[in-house]
Amino acid sequence: MTSLAHAGPTPGGSVLQAVELACERAERVLFEGLSFAVAAGQCLHVAGDNGAGKTSLLRILCGMLAPSSGQVRWRGRPIREARDDYGTDLRYVGHLNGVKDDLTPAENLRMWAAMAAQAQDPSRITSALQRLSIERFAAVPCGRLSQGQKRRVGLARLMLGRAAGVWILDEPFVALDPGGVATLNALIEERVRAGGIVVLTTHQAWQAPVEVLRLDLTQGPGSGPVS
Amino acid sequence: MIGVVLAAVRRDLLVALRQPGDIVNVLLFFVIVVTMVPLGVGPDRDMLRLIGPGVVWVAALLAAILSLGRLFAQDFADGTLEQVLLSGQPLSLAVLGKIAAHWLTTGAPITVISLLLALAFDLGRGPALALCASLLLGTPCLSLIGAIGAALTLGLRGGGVLVTLLVLPLYVPILIFGAGAVDAAVGGLSPQSHLMLLGGLSLGAGALAPWAIGAALRVSLE
Repeated sequence: MTSLAHAGPTPGGSVLQAVELACERAERVLFEGLSFAVAAGQCLHVAGDNGAGKTSLLRILCGMLAPSSGQVRWRGRPIREARDDYGTDLRYVGHLNGVKDDLTPAENLRMWAAMAAQAQDPSRITSALQRLSIERFAAVPCGRLSQGQKRRVGLARLMLGRAAGVWILDEPFVALDPGGVATLNALIEERVRAGGIVVLTTHQAWQAPVEVLRLDLTQGPGSGPVS
Repeated sequence: MIGVVLAAVRRDLLVALRQPGDIVNVLLFFVIVVTMVPLGVGPDRDMLRLIGPGVVWVAALLAAILSLGRLFAQDFADGTLEQVLLSGQPLSLAVLGKIAAHWLTTGAPITVISLLLALAFDLGRGPALALCASLLLGTPCLSLIGAIGAALTLGLRGGGVLVTLLVLPLYVPILIFGAGAVDAAVGGLSPQSHLMLLGGLSLGAGALAPWAIGAALRVSLE
């Protein structure tokens, strides 16, 4: 499968597009002139050695980190201008789970949904917890859960939201047991088939459940990124 | 819009209730600092009446500074802050809710406790009420300005000392008008003008600080 490196904005279509992105960290150029587009129903695997700039790229795609030049567009609009639109569609799971230790998994999801102004349907929260097999711990404060269980709570956020959104996952398989890996793979597959976009990094040997685009940041800057 | 603010208030109050030690420690600190002074300077009533307002207000400033650490640091460390940032909702609204929760767990109890502490300084009924009113109007401003410092120093090493150096000078006007209101009442004058200035400071900070804090948090999270 191929994707055009310089795809123009397609009005109406859900495309996450990077235009001439450059990133400098600690006065070192991690990448520059990086352009790619991920369309609805595609999954992008960002690969690269430690320090190649994978996390920085994902944080730029989220809008948390400003690129030193270039821009990210969601449905043709720069994400800096379309913050609330993009925020509704975006789910990010990073190195931190975004889970409060003092709250239970159910409370964590509910409070997150309220603060993100997302629909707070109790049955959806229950089914998200069930899907990640943590419904048994729904009433236990997250501080008493294991690392892998906390990661599952963080991942349960993915299931609350629109089908056509963007998932940005930074090393999502860390701390998961084989069952968890299988569940997450199934979620990714469903999401991509439903027309969502998934961008992820992983160092583990990953049996991708769907066809993926691959972007290798190690190859050096400016290379045609997607193969 | 209001929903985001209320959600932030509810969440932070719930978290605070699950670890009540944090709140109790700050309040105990406030009470102990204030009660130490009469023990140290001796039972001269005139002197106590003179220094009482200043002592309570300085202790309130220090207690506010002490409690700033928990305002954003935990959310930063566990990743919930970046989730709020990415939610697409205006960051200033969530920030306003967090500060309201912070005030409810520090400024509000300090205001109530001050009524009791006024006894230790032999403040009469009028000055005690003036003290209470000045704290009620002034402590929101302490939370708001303190939050700017907390947001700017988020994730820095030694941020605790830095935030103290950054924020304490900004507290000077609040201290002057706050203690001044009580001094006026002790001297038999109306504390009204001081109280109005305090209220004005809090309202101004309430309107402007959330934007500054939101911008500072975005920088801290990069």
